Amino acid sequence: MRPIKLFIILLVLMQGFNVAEAKTKPKAITPVKQQAVTSPATPAKQIINIAYLSKEQAVPPALSNLDPFIQNKGLLGSELAISDNNTTGQFTGQEFELSKFIVPIDGNVEEVFNKDIAGKFSMVVSMLSAETLNKLADSAAGKSVLWFDAATSDDVLRAEQCRANVLHLLPSRAMRADALAQYMMKKHWTKWFLVVGTTPEDKLFADAIKRAAHRFGSKIIAEKVWEHTYDARRTAQSDVAVFSRVDDYDVLVVSDEQGLFGEYLDYRTESPRPVIGTQGLIATAWHRTHEQWGAVQIQNRFKEQAQRWMEEQDYAAYLAVRAIGEAATRTKSNELTAIKDYMLSPAFALQGYKGNPLSFRPWDGQMRQPVLLAAPRSLVAVAPIEGFLHSKTELDTLGVDEPETMCHYGKNNEK
Amino acid sequence: MKNNLLLGEQRGALTLDSHAARGNEKISLLLGGLALLATLTSTVQAETVFVSLEKDNALAIVDPVAGTLLKTVPIGQRPRGLALSNDNKFLFVATSDDNTIKMLDAETLKELAKLPSGKDPETFALSPAGDRLYVSNEDDSLVTVIDLTTKKVIQEIKVGVEPEGITVSPDNQWLISASETTNMVHWIDTKTNAIVENTLVDPRPRAVNFTADSQQLWVTSEMAGTVMVLDVKTKQPIKTIKLEVEGVTFDKIQPVGVVIDKDRKHSYVALGPANRVAVINAQTYEIEKVLLVGQRVWNLAFSPDQKRLYTTNGTSNDISIIDLESQTVTKSVGVGTYPWGVAVKP
Repeated sequence: MRPIKLFIILLVLMQGFNVAEAKTKPKAITPVKQQAVTSPATPAKQIINIAYLSKEQAVPPALSNLDPFIQNKGLLGSELAISDNNTTGQFTGQEFELSKFIVPIDGNVEEVFNKDIAGKFSMVVSMLSAETLNKLADSAAGKSVLWFDAATSDDVLRAEQCRANVLHLLPSRAMRADALAQYMMKKHWTKWFLVVGTTPEDKLFADAIKRAAHRFGSKIIAEKVWEHTYDARRTAQSDVAVFSRVDDYDVLVVSDEQGLFGEYLDYRTESPRPVIGTQGLIATAWHRTHEQWGAVQIQNRFKEQAQRWMEEQDYAAYLAVRAIGEAATRTKSNELTAIKDYMLSPAFALQGYKGNPLSFRPWDGQMRQPVLLAAPRSLVAVAPIEGFLHSKTELDTLGVDEPETMCHYGKNNEK
Repeated sequence: MKNNLLLGEQRGALTLDSHAARGNEKISLLLGGLALLATLTSTVQAETVFVSLEKDNALAIVDPVAGTLLKTVPIGQRPRGLALSNDNKFLFVATSDDNTIKMLDAETLKELAKLPSGKDPETFALSPAGDRLYVSNEDDSLVTVIDLTTKKVIQEIKVGVEPEGITVSPDNQWLISASETTNMVHWIDTKTNAIVENTLVDPRPRAVNFTADSQQLWVTSEMAGTVMVLDVKTKQPIKTIKLEVEGVTFDKIQPVGVVIDKDRKHSYVALGPANRVAVINAQTYEIEKVLLVGQRVWNLAFSPDQKRLYTTNGTSNDISIIDLESQTVTKSVGVGTYPWGVAVKP
C-alpha cells in the first residue's frame, strides 16, 4: 500500500506541483457499537489539524550500502501517532488530521509554508534543517505557529538561537555526549582519544564531547581530525593503525555524523580499544535493539506499517504528534494556547516507551528523555546511568540544565 | 547511594538478559526438570504460591510459611500472566511466546488445554464463575473473550491502543480493560461484551482492580506515578493519590500492581523501579507506610486469609513476603529469573 501511495505522490510532483499534500484519514477503526447506543446523539467531532513539513533529501555518500537510504524519515512515525491518537479520539470525540507537505529537493520550503500552511495550521511537525526552521519560526506567519522540531540535534537551537514557539523532540548533541560520558565514567574509561571528521556537524558533536569530558572529569588525551585524502596507498587497514598511534587511551570517541569513516576504526586501531560516539556504541533517541518498557509493542506496530525498523526521526515525529494528542485529550481542546500551556505544565507526562515519563524542559523546549546507548545488535545501557543524581529528575543530568541555559526567550524573540 | 548503584546493575541486567535468555532455555529446562525430580517427595503445603518466571520459561512453586522454593517446573515460553480459578481447581498461565494461555490442573500442574488467546498474551482475567476468560491483545488493540467450556473465542472487543490491565468486578457486572497508550479504562458490560463507557485516566495505566464490594475500581498509572480510585456508579475518579516516597525521584515511582483488602481498610501498590510497596489507607487514601521490597516490583497477591502479601520482584529474581499485621517484610525468597505473575492456592 505504502509504496503505491508514495509513487502517486511522486507522480503528482513530476506533473509540476511544488508540493504533495495528502490527508491522512485515520485507519479504519470500527466504532464500538454499544457507544452509539448509549450516546445516540453523537456530537460533531472536534478536529485537531496538524501539518507535517519536510524537504526531500539528496542521497548522501555512504561508506557502505548495507543500510538503504531512507527518504522521508519521520513521515511514518507521525502517521503511526495519528493512528494512535485517533484510536483514543474515537472514545473522546476528537479527530486528528495530518496534512503532509513534502517539498521536493529543488522546491522552496518558505513558499510552500506561506501558501499552504500559514494561517491554516497552528501546529507543524518540522523535519527541516536548523536554519530553515528558525527562518520560518521567525517569519510573520510562522510566529503564531507552534513548531515541533523532529529533525535537529543542534545545541544552538536550544541555546542562543532558541525560539519560544519551537519544541525539540530529538536529544541535543549535548544530551547524547553526556549519555556517552556517563557510561564511560561508570566503566572508568576516563582517557579519551577523540577523532573528528571534517564537516561542521562533526565539529559540533566534538564540541559536545569536550563539554561532557569537562563536566564529568574525563581527559581527552589526544584529538585528531580524519582528513579525507584520496591517496591510493591509504587503506583502512594500514591507515587506522598509524593514525591511532597516540598516547595510551581507554576509548576512542569518534565524531562522524554522516558515517563517512567512523566504521573504519573499530578493530583496526593500534591498541585494542572500544569505539564509541557516532559509530560503535552510539547515543540515540531510538534503536531497533530497544525492547524494554513496552517498546516491543511500538516496534511491532511500526514495522507492520512501515516494513522497516523505526528510525529516531520517526520516533521524534511520533512523539510530536502524540504530545499534541495527549495535550488535546487532556484539555479537550483543539486551541493552540490550551494545548501549549498543558504541554509545558508539570501535569504533562508522555509515555515514550523508555521507562520514564517524558516532558518538555520549560527553559529551552527540549524534550527530556532517556538516551539509548546501543551497539549495532545490542542495547548496552540507557542513560541517565544510575548514580548520576539530580535534585528534580535524573533526566536533567543529560544536556543543558536550567541554571546553565543560554536560552532566554524574551531576549531572543524580540529580535 | 547504595540503592542507586544496585539499580544501575538492574538496568544492565535488563538489557543483557533479553539476549542471553534464549541460549539458556535448554539449561533452565534441564535444571527445572532436575529440581522437579529432587523435590518430588516433598510434602504438599497448606498454602502454595505460584510464580511465573518470564526468562526461565518456568513456574516456581514456593512454600511461603517456610519461605522456601519447593520446585521449578517448565511451563512454556515466556510465562507472564498467572491466575487461579475461584474454586482453585485450575491454574491459567499466559505463555506469551507460545501465543497461548495454558489451562492446567492446579493440583498436578498437568496441562488440560491451550486456549486461543491470540498473539503474545500477557494479562488476562477470569469471570467470577470461571466460565469465561478475557485476554488483552496488546498488539491488536483487542480484548478476546474465550468461553472456557468450549475453549473457543466467542468475541473480540475493540479497545484503545495497547490494552494491558484487565479485571472483572466480583459481582460480574463489569469487565475493565485499561489501554496504556490511549490512557483509558473501558467499561465493558459482561452481558453484552460491549463498551458502555470510557474513563480517561492518568498516563500509562497498568493495573486495575475492584474492591471486594464492586463499588470502587483502583487504577495505577505508571507514568504519572498515581493511583486513581474510580466510583463504579459514576465511573469518575473520586480520588487521585500521588505516590511519593522520600528520597526517591518522581520518575522512579512507576506503580503497577494494586490490591485492596476485603474490608477495604488498606490497599497495596507495587511501585516498580522504586523497589517499594505503598500501604494506603483505603478509607482516607493516605499513604501510611512504604515498604522496601526487591527490585522492579510489579505484581501482588494476598494469602487466602489476607494475612500476608506476596510481591514479584522482576530484576532481583525473588519474591518478598509481607506480614500484613505488622506491615513488615518478613522474608524474600529467590525464585528464578524475572518473576512476573503470582497466584496463591490455599
